[in-house]
Amino acid sequence: MKTTALLVLEDGSAWKGQACGAEGETLGEMVFNTSMTGYQEVLTDPSYKGQIVAMTYPMIGNYGITAADHESRKPFLSGFVTRELCRRPSNWQSVEALDFFLQKHGIVAIEGVDTRALTLRLREKGALRAALSTIDLDPKSLLRKARQAAPMTGQDLASQVTCAQSFRWTEGYRETGAPLHVVVYDFGVKFGILRCLAAIGCHITVVPAGTTAEEALALKPDGLLLSNGPGDPQPVGYAVEQLKRLLDSRKPVFGICLGHQLLGLALGGKTFKLKFGHHGANHPVMELSTRRVEITSQNHGFCVDLASLPKEVKTTHVNLNDGTSEGLAHAQLPVFSVQYHPEACAGPHDSRYLFDRFRDLMITRRQSPTRI
Amino acid sequence: MPKRTDIHKILIIGSGSIVIGQGCEFDYSGTQGVKALRDEGYEVVLVNSNPATIMTDPELADRTYIEPLTTQYLERILERERPQALLPTLGGQTALNLTVAAAEKGILEKYGVEVLGANLDTIRKAEDRQLFKQTMQAIGLDLPRSLVVTDVSETRQASRELGFPVIVRASFTLGGSGGGIAYHLDELRQKVHTALEASPVKKVLLEESVLGWKEFELEVMRDRKDNFVVVCPIENLDPMGVHTGDSITVAPAQTLSDAQYQQMRDQAKKIVSAVGVETGGCNIQFAVNPRTGRLTVIEINPRVSRSSALASKATGFPIAKIAARLAVGYTLDEIRNDITKATPACFEPSIDYVVTKAPRFAFEKFGEFPLDTAMKSVGEVMAIGRTFKESFQKALRGLENGKAGFEAEGPASRETLVKRLALPSSSRVYWVKAALLQGMTTEEIAESSAIDPWFIDQMKQLVDFEKVLKENKRDVETLRDAKRLGFSDAQIGALWEMPTAAVRRLRVGAGLRPAYKLIDTCAGEFESRTPYFYSTYEETGDLSSGVGSARARGRKKVVILGSGPNRIGQGIEFDYCCVQAAKALAELGHESIMVNCNPETVSTDYDTSDRLYFEPLTFEDVLEIIDREKPQGVIVQFGGQTPLNLVAPLAKAGVKILGSQPRSIDMAEDRRLFGAALSKLGIPAPENGIARTHKQALALAKRIGYPVMIRPSYVLGGRAMEIVYDDDSLVDYMDRALKASQHPSLLVDRFLSDATEIDVDAVCDGRDVFIAGIMEHIEEAGIHSGDSACTLPPHSLTPATLETLAKYTRKLALHLKVLGLINIQFAVKDGAVYILEANPRASRTVPFVSKATGIPVARLATSVMMGRPLRRLLPAKLVKNSPLSLPYTATKEAVLPFIKFPGIDPRLGPEMKSTGEVMGIDADFPRSFAKSQDASGMALPEGGSVFISVRDEDKGEMLQIARSLRQMGFSLVATRNTHEFLARHGIEAARVAKIGEGKPDVVDLLKQKNLSLVINTPSGKRSRADGYAIRRTALELNIPCITNINSGQAAVHAIAVLREARMSVKPIQDYYRQLPVFSK
Repeated sequence: MKTTALLVLEDGSAWKGQACGAEGETLGEMVFNTSMTGYQEVLTDPSYKGQIVAMTYPMIGNYGITAADHESRKPFLSGFVTRELCRRPSNWQSVEALDFFLQKHGIVAIEGVDTRALTLRLREKGALRAALSTIDLDPKSLLRKARQAAPMTGQDLASQVTCAQSFRWTEGYRETGAPLHVVVYDFGVKFGILRCLAAIGCHITVVPAGTTAEEALALKPDGLLLSNGPGDPQPVGYAVEQLKRLLDSRKPVFGICLGHQLLGLALGGKTFKLKFGHHGANHPVMELSTRRVEITSQNHGFCVDLASLPKEVKTTHVNLNDGTSEGLAHAQLPVFSVQYHPEACAGPHDSRYLFDRFRDLMITRRQSPTRI
Repeated sequence: MPKRTDIHKILIIGSGSIVIGQGCEFDYSGTQGVKALRDEGYEVVLVNSNPATIMTDPELADRTYIEPLTTQYLERILERERPQALLPTLGGQTALNLTVAAAEKGILEKYGVEVLGANLDTIRKAEDRQLFKQTMQAIGLDLPRSLVVTDVSETRQASRELGFPVIVRASFTLGGSGGGIAYHLDELRQKVHTALEASPVKKVLLEESVLGWKEFELEVMRDRKDNFVVVCPIENLDPMGVHTGDSITVAPAQTLSDAQYQQMRDQAKKIVSAVGVETGGCNIQFAVNPRTGRLTVIEINPRVSRSSALASKATGFPIAKIAARLAVGYTLDEIRNDITKATPACFEPSIDYVVTKAPRFAFEKFGEFPLDTAMKSVGEVMAIGRTFKESFQKALRGLENGKAGFEAEGPASRETLVKRLALPSSSRVYWVKAALLQGMTTEEIAESSAIDPWFIDQMKQLVDFEKVLKENKRDVETLRDAKRLGFSDAQIGALWEMPTAAVRRLRVGAGLRPAYKLIDTCAGEFESRTPYFYSTYEETGDLSSGVGSARARGRKKVVILGSGPNRIGQGIEFDYCCVQAAKALAELGHESIMVNCNPETVSTDYDTSDRLYFEPLTFEDVLEIIDREKPQGVIVQFGGQTPLNLVAPLAKAGVKILGSQPRSIDMAEDRRLFGAALSKLGIPAPENGIARTHKQALALAKRIGYPVMIRPSYVLGGRAMEIVYDDDSLVDYMDRALKASQHPSLLVDRFLSDATEIDVDAVCDGRDVFIAGIMEHIEEAGIHSGDSACTLPPHSLTPATLETLAKYTRKLALHLKVLGLINIQFAVKDGAVYILEANPRASRTVPFVSKATGIPVARLATSVMMGRPLRRLLPAKLVKNSPLSLPYTATKEAVLPFIKFPGIDPRLGPEMKSTGEVMGIDADFPRSFAKSQDASGMALPEGGSVFISVRDEDKGEMLQIARSLRQMGFSLVATRNTHEFLARHGIEAARVAKIGEGKPDVVDLLKQKNLSLVINTPSGKRSRADGYAIRRTALELNIPCITNINSGQAAVHAIAVLREARMSVKPIQDYYRQLPVFSK
């Protein structure tokens, strides 16, 4: 007999289903992800820290878990919701079934939920706090807990997922001539980003979120990458301060997702929370200089307010669905960033050219340190 | 980039007749294309030989040519219209091939026509296997190893390099025809030979076998700025080795990780760039080794396809419409997503349901064939559910193949099971169930069948749940779980040993009703404004959000039931009628609600009706929609037999049937009631009776006298209908036919030999009858009307006969209280008119009549059903004097699928076998007949040798034919008897040996291509073996073969006009201008 599980949102709606992961109870912000593949990447993406993720695609787990597709050392998300979880995966790369993986990592999960109805509710009401439990099946009690959950806004989640100490990354390294050294600020970095850097011939040092500018520059990097990460950028103020000083160094900086938002703050801009965020792998983004569209992977609940930025900061990319800013570049500094995930994982590889652009920027900068 | 302003007039090429491998998906895409380009302000000229299409409706394109799709006619059209550009990517392989042929003949250059959508270089790179291989290798992609051969002698060496089995593919053919799989050298030689014959460029590709690998397809789009999107990844349940058109397929792909899928996407992007697909859609097929993950490219189609229609319906992303816009210069980001109306079309749909497509076969007509790389199915259903299990069960129950859904074959021995699992066939999934029931494990079944264990496990979950159902009779929780797994009330009833109605009562009592969710392209991320629904057993549906209901305020709601999967006897003609009904309802200000499960069709375009339900056409599924929508009524006349089968249960459930009432349908279909009506009205019919046993049948046949026509009642397309000449064959027939029909009653009719058959379509409003058309069949009675060529107006009937036909039609329609359409078949023998049957519903000929006369008959019928009198819809005089007299002639010809079924005898009979039709229209009968033959792919020769061999009854007419042919300079060839007969009448002919009389015989002569026409009428009961060999050989060599004497006569007249003057072309809109009714 399957164990019953219950999901309750702060608006009072209750969603009954069956437990399909670890038993227990969890709180978090309820979000949905529309990617049809890549549940493993979603589960292991540190940016989901503090969130309960519902997959809109109803059949999850079909190809199990592979050894090659982890995006971090473990899942960080609070809970997982699906319509149906597959216990008999089939794929030549599969090493274990998804339910086993969830149990192993203590992730509370529920299946049998009408995830489309759940998605439409979040679309209408915005991201909601939620409680998911296999122990407490009383909707009223869970509602109380959901309403007591900490809101995303104002929480420094990056410090909870960043590495304890710096480390070198070599997986996927490809010799491409003179090696470049990149220092990656880990706010919750996905392995996919590190693999992309390695593939273009970068030597990589990953440093904790709290690393000072001096410490980072002492590593003599050719460039700095500000990684993705969970939640609200504003409470990560300590990093913003260091970033301002890094910008002064005139080193090439590439920001991704949370890194993009932090860069926006460091450049003097503001950020705001989106109604239900962008979580998926099909968002069209146009690069304004080429007018070409790339299909992007996205995962963010906050956004940089374009109007708040000084005029030397230009918008480079725009989301064609809702017109939000997706990328910026500085007119004088060798600095650029994107809100979406050029490494994809999960999602299309259309935006990987940005890593090449970062490499070119580092090479140019190394050859003539004053020009951009 | 904005649209191009340097072009103003664009020619779109349609795909011609429906054939296996090229179905009505090209009407769907062509219709979208025509509409999109006209919306953009271009002048659109259309050519398509198929009258049963929505795209050839006169108001759709600016000018519509229903002309043969050959370079000769294309050139005339270009000469007359002088378009600046031509769009060939919406008309399937036919349009691409025609475009390439025209370019190679220099015709496009001569008229300065630019090819849009895919340039010639792209088409060649995609279609020429060798060029394709080179192109793929140049960008570093992996393909199965392969070799091109141009002669049978090269096969031995090739097989050494590739190893067996070897895949054989002919270049430039549609639906993989001429291809196959060879397991040893003899077979390889034979298949290469056939493939060389089938390939217009005489090239055959031999490939390393990837049999049993996983098969995937990506539907992609690219624009001139190199923006690229994947609309949908599709996974085939049947592994490599089965044509994708014959496979059960699932969207999105189920068993690939993101990294694996993205690798495929990256390759697809490289492929379309390398091949040069710049402005439009493309279909790419991949094979994946299930053990190693090795990914190989199989083939691409740089055009819209059956799969792209499926992907469009599965996601809500209208590929053809967008492809047309891209072709005229737009880029993807400039085009809006139709469904959300807010976001751009430049994105990749995300779906939150599972789509299953299942093929529909016609093996009951041709005998069972194993499945291979040459497509054999004639139609398909698509079903949508929240899980694979739900959508799979819905797809199987939508097939209408006599099974209640996922049923089991067998039981059988383990050895048999393994054999049936290994052999791809139309029943393989039913054998999977048998194997599961008999305790084979998922791994064992996957091993035997090469079907991915994921799919087997899904099926196993269904089989396992049947046990739970059996152990928990009447349990509501179990019932809820069963519904969520896609079990129908009927299936549950069978397991619970209770009537379906009782299951329904229990279910409704427990509040277990389906929820209706939207297909919205974006998994709910954005609000959808297009009411396109599917049912599922979930807590809440999207309907509650009020989508669509507001627009219904104050308007009547009408449900139109579609015709389900295409099959022989029920195809695009009925979809055409359903679409017309939706148009009529829109004109009347009513809200139309379409229910259908056929993804190829225009009716299942979300643009066609106000609301679309993509659902199986079973009583349960339809009634749930009706319960929810509460329409004023339901239209059942247009979808063929499928909705008619639902009339009785729907009426019993209190649903209002619009148009002719169930009583009228009964009166026409029940032989006894119908006979009584005819006696009362004084309309003669061939003597007939009903038999339920062998004894009754024998007695009846004795009374009526042989030959008799015998068939089961309530069947479609002349299924199992035969002409029987003696007691032995009658008994033999009874044994077989009782198996084929669910109704244990057989109709026995006197067979009128050598009679002329007539089809009449009419609309009746209860007071007046408008006779839309009287059609004369070319073939004599006894050939199924669907397979017979026919002309409008009739070419040989006397005015008195025509008057009698009109009189009988009016009397009968009024007596039956027909409201809407009626089709009546008559036979005329020696001046006397007999009625054969009447059907108070749309017939297969409605689109032909509409195209020939310019009167939208189905739309007219819809208005009548909604209460408008004919006199207000048409001039009273026209109604009274109908049918319209036409100053020109239209001829419809049937197109037959014999070439796809190796070994079967290509002869016509009372059982329908054609898959589609073409129309020829011109000033007179011989010209229109000549065009119809050309359009059907059997162009009549203007010279050469004709082989004649006819049965004794036809000898008289044959003399005339022979004389005419000789006068026109043809030489004649005949076997001994016919030769002597001709000689006796002073007609010169060469003599050739019959098969077995020595060499060279007639078949050798055919093979040496020394004959340009064959006239061979099969004698009596059984076809003689040599007749068969002649017909089959002619078919395979594409030599026109006429199998009845009337067609022979028509052909001779047509040849005469072909030789006299060059054929001209004219748009149908100009023909209609000749009619008084339209002249004002």
